[in-house]
Amino acid sequence: MAYALQQLVNGITLGMIYGLIAVGYTMVYGIIGMINFAHGDVFMVGAFVGIIVLTALTGVTSVPMGILAALLLSAGVCALYGFSIERVAYRPLRGSFRLAPLISAIGMSILLENYVQTSQGALERAIPVTVPGGIQLMNENGFVVQLSWMQIAIVVVTLVTLAIFTYIVTKTPLGRSMRAVEQDAKMAALLGIDTNRTISYTFIIGSALAAVAGVMFLLYYGVIDFYIGFNAGIKAFTAAVLGGIGSLPGAVLGGLLIGLIEAFWSGYATVAYKDVAVYSILAIVLMFMPTGLLGRNDVEKV
Amino acid sequence: MSDTLLAVTNLTMRFGGLTAVNALSFDAKRGNITAVIGPNGAGKTTVFNCITGFYKPTSGNIAIAHTPGTSLLLDKLPGHAITKKGRVARTFQNIRLFGGMTVLENLLVAQHNELQAATGFGVLAILGLGKYRAAEKAAIERAKYWLDATSLIDRADDPAASLPYGAQRRLEIARAMCTNPVLLCLDEPAAGLNPRESQALNELLLKIRADGCSLLLIEHDMGVVMKISDHIIVLDHGKKIADGTPAEIRSNPTVIAAYLGEGDDDDPDAPIAETLAAAQ
Repeated sequence: MAYALQQLVNGITLGMIYGLIAVGYTMVYGIIGMINFAHGDVFMVGAFVGIIVLTALTGVTSVPMGILAALLLSAGVCALYGFSIERVAYRPLRGSFRLAPLISAIGMSILLENYVQTSQGALERAIPVTVPGGIQLMNENGFVVQLSWMQIAIVVVTLVTLAIFTYIVTKTPLGRSMRAVEQDAKMAALLGIDTNRTISYTFIIGSALAAVAGVMFLLYYGVIDFYIGFNAGIKAFTAAVLGGIGSLPGAVLGGLLIGLIEAFWSGYATVAYKDVAVYSILAIVLMFMPTGLLGRNDVEKV
Repeated sequence: MSDTLLAVTNLTMRFGGLTAVNALSFDAKRGNITAVIGPNGAGKTTVFNCITGFYKPTSGNIAIAHTPGTSLLLDKLPGHAITKKGRVARTFQNIRLFGGMTVLENLLVAQHNELQAATGFGVLAILGLGKYRAAEKAAIERAKYWLDATSLIDRADDPAASLPYGAQRRLEIARAMCTNPVLLCLDEPAAGLNPRESQALNELLLKIRADGCSLLLIEHDMGVVMKISDHIIVLDHGKKIADGTPAEIRSNPTVIAAYLGEGDDDDPDAPIAETLAAAQ
């Protein structure tokens, strides 16, 4: 019981991070119908900006202030990355054949990985500060269920970020125009919406969310390297597909499910095969629900 | 009240070897309802697509005069600016609403530019402060006005896709009007409407004209065209074959020839020919 509870706590924390990244995949897919394979690497850049800020601020400010600064700066820098990537690698290819931006995205992903590798080094980097301790949830025959401060922080920050994001999408003019472009870009343009600008905003918001996830990942695991974006990106992409690509609540749900599957599989079966479990479940879900858990059954427009 | 609002000069649109519109020139007067009619394939929708920026014309000019004496070339504007700067709005032959959004949201999207300008880079919108709140209130007021005019006010919070067909058509018109246009282009607004809905549509279009917006109309339903149009332009094979008041068009031999002479048994326009002949 205690062991299961601990896995649940770990799974939710991990799932929150995947969910934040998955939202970026699903947004971009929804609005321009392409998979942004460089998204995982924007997440990685976010983690690196986080480590640079935290290193610089160690001893200068208190730890919570340092983390807050890391979150804000990282979100800002990654927003700039997201904007530039779309501008340089995707916009010139819009209207080209479908695979062109996809290949360009893979190229962008490799570029970012190599850029970080050469500028930051290929070795793992460890976080300079940690927040030890936490709340003891349960003690069963000496097995302590621990909810660390870090896990609480991750869940709280993710929920706050998602709440702001949901507000933007559902209530503001920007969110309305994003949904309009997603449903019918030409009609949206006819109503006076600048679709290019709306797409830029989508990349900016998605990248800022990935940056938050990157900093959270850094705080949770304590070590990062230039390659973390690949694995986390593929997992988050899986989460987006599992939840139904194009659906925002689906992305968060998919992220949580994948986090939980990973945590429970690691806890009860073998750690080595946790990815096999994740992808097997994805394959099974897609066999029976091809549009994912919350995906819409879109009929192709004539 | 009779100066030129929209001037189309020598408009030509070619698709590969096919000339859909050939050196077409016509004017639409301010404060008028101008109808464009013609057999299927005459190029009516192509003309609309050129005016509203869907197509870039092969050659020719489309100019709009927001105030008498000024002139803005629509064919030089990028797509989204046609609504924003050109103040031309349109509806489609097949309905293109944002089905997943509510009726009210559809109308608010149309007012995106005013609202976005008031958000102060989104910050004010998130906090719900200052001039954004006022702008949002004004936007909702305008939406309510057009919901009232189209009698959709009770359905404001329903998803647009859940409305019946006739109501979706009215919502498209309401949405176009929310962009605050000086010219509203309607592509077959009466298609698929029953006689009662058709009558309501006539009243709505006359109300729009009374509110100061000019209309350009493609329509097959001669009941609508003859009753409400101030001016009719007849196209055939991409060319203008006649131009005049409803009474003049009704008795124009070239028009009757275009509708009757070339029609065959399975011509979908046959009912129009009959209407025209009956109107003689």
